[in-house]
Amino acid sequence: METKKMALIATKGTLDWAYPPFILASTAAALGYEVQIFFTFYGLQLLRKDLSVLKVSPLGNPGMPMKMPFGPTWFKGINWNVPNAVQALVPGYETVATALMKKTIANNGVATIPELRGLCIEADVKMIGCQMTVELFGFDHADFIEGIEYAGAAAFFEFAGETDICLFV
Amino acid sequence: MNYDKELDARGLNCPLPILRTKKSLGELQSGQVLKVSSTDPGSVKDMQAFARQTGNELLSTAESGGEFIFLLRKH
Repeated sequence: METKKMALIATKGTLDWAYPPFILASTAAALGYEVQIFFTFYGLQLLRKDLSVLKVSPLGNPGMPMKMPFGPTWFKGINWNVPNAVQALVPGYETVATALMKKTIANNGVATIPELRGLCIEADVKMIGCQMTVELFGFDHADFIEGIEYAGAAAFFEFAGETDICLFV
Repeated sequence: MNYDKELDARGLNCPLPILRTKKSLGELQSGQVLKVSSTDPGSVKDMQAFARQTGNELLSTAESGGEFIFLLRKH
């Protein structure tokens, strides 16, 4: 049986959106796929040595339930509909929301992003950083983990054109 | 039924039960049996799909008290 292949383009740099590419890549690798992820624009944040820079922002995100990960059941069930104007004005709102999300992740037995990325690396998922956006945003290769290749769109297509699954996340 | 290795994936959520199963199977010889326990309801469909795609045989699936027990024979 010929090895199946999957290519992903990861474009988001927040804690919540870090999940889809790493979950799909690690699972595909476990199923025997050869996987490449092309990290571009804000997705480059997912390659940083220090992943604690990843935050989640409920601001302007009406799809995000805002529930507390602690306290009695009735309290956890409350959805805190904080108006956008308040979210924008309160200093540290994003930091608090990120801490609460990390607690929720731990409560639900969901893997952390460093753990999932580590599993991808262990499973030989190939990670490519978009060199153009590295320069555009003033990143340094030293900001990122070892073992990353830097290339552009043409290099992505060489692999993507041969894949069974190709997704933009 | 007898098994050669046991994996406790209780409390873990998608995709960890599958990733740990894959890793545990890697430590077995062909024909040996792995027992996996999980509390993730999504792992029922996922384990079937994992078995079909990797050629490992899902011998049985059982549920009791919110816990799922899978027996897999390594390909």
